[in-house]
Amino acid sequence: MIELENVTKIYRMGQTKVFALDEINLQIKAGEMLAIMGPSGSGKSTLMAILGCLDIPTKGVYRLEGKPVEKLNDNQLAQVRSRKVGFVFQQFNLLPRTNALENVMLPLLYDGVHGKARTEKAKAALETVGLGDRIHHHPNQLSGGEQQRVAIARALVNDPTILLADEPTGNLDTKTGDEIIGLFQKLHEEHGQTVVYVTHDAFIARHTQRIIRLVDGKIISDEAVTHPIVAGTPRPEEVLEI
Amino acid sequence: MNLLENIRISFRALAANKLRSGLTMLGIIIGVAAVVALMSIGRGATRSVTSRVEGLGSNLISISTARNVRQAGIGAQITPLYYTDYQEIAKDITNVAGISPVYQTSAQVAYGANKSQFTVTGVTSEFAPVQAYTVAQGRFITNSDNTAEARVVVLGSQSAIDLFSGLNPMGRDITIDGVSYTVVGILASKGSTGFFSTDEVILIPLQTGYNRLFGGRALDNGKRILSSISLSATNPNVVSDVISQAEYILRRDHGLTLHDNLPFSVSSQNQALSTLTSITSTLTAFLGAIAGISLFVGGIGIMNIMLVSVRERTREIGLRKAVGARRSVILMQFIVETITLSLIGGVLGILLGAAIAGVVTLTGLITTYVSVDVILYSFFFAALVGLFFGIYPAYQAASLRPIEALRYE
Repeated sequence: MIELENVTKIYRMGQTKVFALDEINLQIKAGEMLAIMGPSGSGKSTLMAILGCLDIPTKGVYRLEGKPVEKLNDNQLAQVRSRKVGFVFQQFNLLPRTNALENVMLPLLYDGVHGKARTEKAKAALETVGLGDRIHHHPNQLSGGEQQRVAIARALVNDPTILLADEPTGNLDTKTGDEIIGLFQKLHEEHGQTVVYVTHDAFIARHTQRIIRLVDGKIISDEAVTHPIVAGTPRPEEVLEI
Repeated sequence: MNLLENIRISFRALAANKLRSGLTMLGIIIGVAAVVALMSIGRGATRSVTSRVEGLGSNLISISTARNVRQAGIGAQITPLYYTDYQEIAKDITNVAGISPVYQTSAQVAYGANKSQFTVTGVTSEFAPVQAYTVAQGRFITNSDNTAEARVVVLGSQSAIDLFSGLNPMGRDITIDGVSYTVVGILASKGSTGFFSTDEVILIPLQTGYNRLFGGRALDNGKRILSSISLSATNPNVVSDVISQAEYILRRDHGLTLHDNLPFSVSSQNQALSTLTSITSTLTAFLGAIAGISLFVGGIGIMNIMLVSVRERTREIGLRKAVGARRSVILMQFIVETITLSLIGGVLGILLGAAIAGVVTLTGLITTYVSVDVILYSFFFAALVGLFFGIYPAYQAASLRPIEALRYE
């Protein structure tokens, strides 16, 4: 469903070429929940940008639902993003002075969904994340966890093929973070949502079914997690190293 | 994504920073207000000049001795306009509603102890219709006054006040250079005029003047001379025809060919009018251009703020792109925002400019004229400024790469 073949991304920093991604080969099946791990500078954000069609590879092929995206133009990429990709960011990135409902409606707005359909879909997404009663609240009236739920609802509203989360619990306390991970697990289990979860935290990564580790733009391991941790399990004392 | 939604988004963005939006708008408000106010003052001046000149008598043509060298020819003797010229023109000319010969001189006019030097004008009965005067009290000078060389006088409304300081002058006697004249009429005021005081006139029958007042000044080799002859054409379309006829008759009577310089000036009021209007129009355009510069500066202010705003909202732009906003949508969002800013500023500026024009009118200096076209021009000019100065910041916003924009701190 998602296939990366020899995907390479090169950035130029002045004279030097930086291989942010170096010959990445990766398949993600529909309904999978996996974590991408790596230290900073390992290329995980670049990989996420490519998976989310925010950027295109310098070399290699990326097929989303069987269709190659590396040859699409800016407008086509924007359309793919609005229909097939949902992003959740560490900083929530909600529009201020805009209520939860309108924030969630944003991708529909850019996809040309109008009127009642738009409101209904956005309400449904907010109910899925458990915020059905706060749809008219503004971000500054919501807690961090609630704001992240709004962001998740926004990512879900267009029924994306892939839900990409970039350190979504990075700005949250442990308890709220657990709730958010739990929400992702629920979306994965109950709705069959494909989730790609970027983190540098091995404990959080173990909540998924599969962990891919990146170092210097290369995949160094691709490991199945036999028993994913259930959200809410206390963090063990020992430090889990990458 | 339609325009209405874009406008809603832009209103929200502008409302988020009310003080900044207000100050930015102020540049446009002042610019547009200056354009509207100055243009209205200029248009008002044009209109007042036009109406004053038209008040002098429409379709008016005047003939007088050429006074400048170019018209008279270098070294040429000044040829006086004779009374016989008037008679010839009156006999032969067509398409004329009235013809009025005039001789003007300066004389001492006295009522009791109140005496001073005034211009006294000798006229015929046709002076009033040709010069568009109406009589407020009594009667005007008649043909029989002229044949009888009657010692009667008709006063302009201002002259009546100057001489009689509030007394009713009707039937009273004044002296002009020691000769007594009876006031038989007062003219209606033509309204205040800044350039020519059309209400300060003292009119006597032309023939009375020749015999009792003008003396040798009005004679050239024993022939009576005139200061000027005024003609009124029957309608505006025949004005140039009447001018040609008058010139022809004058050449014929003075034995001049078409190649000789005509030692008289034959001109219509319309020519004077068009000269004056072109001067005031130029002034108006000049004022408008100066005001336009301030509008331009206001536009630069908008651009500056929009560039700051794009920088500040980099993450927002990144997010919008990440959830599927196309380049063109972001471009539109920011252009709509600047245009909204400049149009609101434009409307407020028009109101302010009209208010300034109104205050100027109230001061009585000049009657301003706020015309619809000035309002429309400044409105569209403001929109254009918004568009012009909005394109670059919007282009910057649209060109942001979403990944970098999202990471922007």
